[in-house]
Amino acid sequence: MKRLIFSILFFAGLVLIWDLVVRARIWSPVLLPSPVKVIEYLQTAVSDGTLWGAILITVRRLLIGYVIGLVGGIPLGLMTARWNVLHDTIGTLALGLTTLPSVCWVPLALLWFGQSEAAMLFVVVMGTLWSVVIATDTGVRHVPPIYRRAALTMGSKGFHIWLTVILPAAFPFIVSGMKQGWAFAWRSLMAAEIFVTILTGFGLGQLLHYGRELNAMDQVIAIMFIIVLIGLLADKTFFAPVERFLHRRWGTSQ
Amino acid sequence: MYVTHTFELPASTSTTVREELQFLPPSKLNIENVSKTFKTRTGPVQALDQVSLQVGEGEFVCLVGASGCGKSTLLNIIAGLEKPDSGTVTADGLRVSGPGRERLVMFQESALFPWLDVLGNVLFGLKMKPHLTSKDRKDVARYYLELVGLSKFERSNIHELSGGMKQRVALARALAPNPRMLLMDEPFAALDALTREQLYGDLQRIWESRRKTIIFVTHNVREAACLGDRVLLFSPHPGRIREEFIIKLPRPRDINSIHLAEYATRITGSLKGFKNGNGHIAE
Repeated sequence: MKRLIFSILFFAGLVLIWDLVVRARIWSPVLLPSPVKVIEYLQTAVSDGTLWGAILITVRRLLIGYVIGLVGGIPLGLMTARWNVLHDTIGTLALGLTTLPSVCWVPLALLWFGQSEAAMLFVVVMGTLWSVVIATDTGVRHVPPIYRRAALTMGSKGFHIWLTVILPAAFPFIVSGMKQGWAFAWRSLMAAEIFVTILTGFGLGQLLHYGRELNAMDQVIAIMFIIVLIGLLADKTFFAPVERFLHRRWGTSQ
Repeated sequence: MYVTHTFELPASTSTTVREELQFLPPSKLNIENVSKTFKTRTGPVQALDQVSLQVGEGEFVCLVGASGCGKSTLLNIIAGLEKPDSGTVTADGLRVSGPGRERLVMFQESALFPWLDVLGNVLFGLKMKPHLTSKDRKDVARYYLELVGLSKFERSNIHELSGGMKQRVALARALAPNPRMLLMDEPFAALDALTREQLYGDLQRIWESRRKTIIFVTHNVREAACLGDRVLLFSPHPGRIREEFIIKLPRPRDINSIHLAEYATRITGSLKGFKNGNGHIAE
């Protein structure tokens, strides 16, 4: 409770400082609108539906791409951990591609897929996939061999061991890979949306882009705020509970 | 002579569970001329050289020797986790070709799965028995948790348990699929003396109530004399069985008894006499 109050006070303080800076008129209000202006923009954007529409479109792109990345990445990571041939080939490729900032996929996606949903999806998948592959591979390679041996003597073998022993044992690594993949996907999608206007739907990135075109700083700040909020929400509602569970089970908290 | 079945099953216990908990005859083991060489960076090391050994049904055999004498290797070969270079291992007349739940292993460090709770760990081996319903499995698992005295901890996470409790869970997990032979690889080596003494008592009690053939690897001579019907001494480089002591003491045995100490002194004396026996022997 005490921590919550501190947290609220901190953010209220930030807004207050922001407001004071605006009132001091150091910068033009066009460049730094007051918090009230930003809230006003959010109100109109919510009431005319643009904001919900944009959030829906962006989150849908993100989730579809992210899930594809996970569904592809985890088995691929298991395979690169299982067979050294794949580790030396696909594993190395994955390692290389994770170091590539995912924004760099945008030009390629545009040329290949044109200004389409497919391009957006491709960018998100590329952002997610490789870090999930690497994390799964690393996780599996860190599983103590004694778990496998114990499972073998209890009659487990083959695919069953992978499903019930190797995968759960590697889970803490996989989760951190999923978290990194999420961050990469989120960043790359925003880049793609800012770069590319596509007619099948206006996402948050496009709203941000038009805010700049119209010189509407209240819109720019408001959308940035929403983007941060979605990131926080994803962390608090999905990753945080999973990580809490891991800490409790493995005894790794604090 | 032996107390059988110290725990009453509740009246509601299903017939499948009763069947599952029935007493299977313990295994008979026959090891003939088993040799095993490992390649290491400094050259080949012969871990086992022409080792032969017969273990009777329900016998408690302890393998004692300095570290690196090949006793753990022999255990792994019996378990089917490693293959011998030559020689054969047969359990009840069947050749051992791979690991299987008739011969469960309990390891030195707890090999419990940290992603499962206590009950989940004990259930793991039972999940491989398709004829049991999930309720049956839980009944069986709870029976063994009660046997090791951990009923109250079935929902605990592994990291919340003390070292002794972990090894109790490991014992329950190894017993749950009703193996006919239990292979124990220095299971109590990492525990403090007090906890260990308690577990010696528990293990003897459990062994008497659920007759299994047990092969127990240790470098602790007193422990071996306390637990084993027979104590086999290994000498290293190459690993061979050199001597055999038959412990004729009534059970349950107390690790601190004077008679046991006499056996332990004799065994330690023999071990010290071996050439190359420069490894560490705990008295």
